[in-house]
Amino acid sequence: MSHAANLPLWAALLVALLLVLGSGLTLLGAIGLVRLDSFYKRVHSPTLGTTWGTGGILLGSMLFFSMIEGRPVLHELLIAVFVTVTTPVTLMLLARAALYRDRMEKNPEVPTFTAVAERSSEVVVKGTKNGEPEKS
Amino acid sequence: MTRVLPYPLLAASLLAMWLLLNGFTPGHLLLGAVIALVASHMMSALQPSKPRLRRWTRIAHLMGIVFVDILRSNIAVARIVLGGKNPQVVSGFVAIPLEMRDPTGLAFLACIITSTPGTAWVEYRSADDLLLIHVLDVVSEDSWSDLIKNRYEALLMEIFE
Repeated sequence: MSHAANLPLWAALLVALLLVLGSGLTLLGAIGLVRLDSFYKRVHSPTLGTTWGTGGILLGSMLFFSMIEGRPVLHELLIAVFVTVTTPVTLMLLARAALYRDRMEKNPEVPTFTAVAERSSEVVVKGTKNGEPEKS
Repeated sequence: MTRVLPYPLLAASLLAMWLLLNGFTPGHLLLGAVIALVASHMMSALQPSKPRLRRWTRIAHLMGIVFVDILRSNIAVARIVLGGKNPQVVSGFVAIPLEMRDPTGLAFLACIITSTPGTAWVEYRSADDLLLIHVLDVVSEDSWSDLIKNRYEALLMEIFE
């Protein structure tokens, strides 16, 4: 990146800010993956990395290369689209596997589907409080 | 029109992808158009269901809402992760009865729910029209089902059904 010195100051600051935001959120997502205490909670944490984590880095990259090359560089948009479209597939595979396991083990925290369907209202089962599993 | 372009949306997105990857030049426009045409004809052998877009204008509205929601829940989830063992955070499953049956609309809903940190699509059964999601921070169960139904499902149904 020998041309990086040609970048105006405001753009350099903005690119740096976006990169720090993106990588910081991805790091937070990874920390959450370690710190949260059940499978279903952990599943939420990497989404930080797949939304604004990727988003920040991609925006930074788009800005940087557009400024350097003097034309709009937009192919990073494709990364964003493909990440958004493919994450539900992995998530559903993981979630269905976890549900199957928990229902086989008759885990009280996980509602069976019929139990959910019988209560036509929205409320189902509250999970555990953080750290201390509720005994039922 | 249908014989030349069996899947106009697919062909358009393939062309857009080609131009984004290779840069916009007349030569690549022509080559990309040929590839998009051939690929969408080959796709017709698989006979995928054809989404019908009823209202184009609402898509921008939906994207705006989702963008803001993702930003807000990024902050919320980041706060929970940093807060660590916060006893106030109660996560749980929320069941939502859905009215939408259009597969494309459901796929979009899955992308929205999954991309929003703090909510995860867990299970959907078309026989019962019932969706089970897991929410990291359940404040009130009613508000979650309201949110999904009024904010996303209503708009998606306007667009796709």
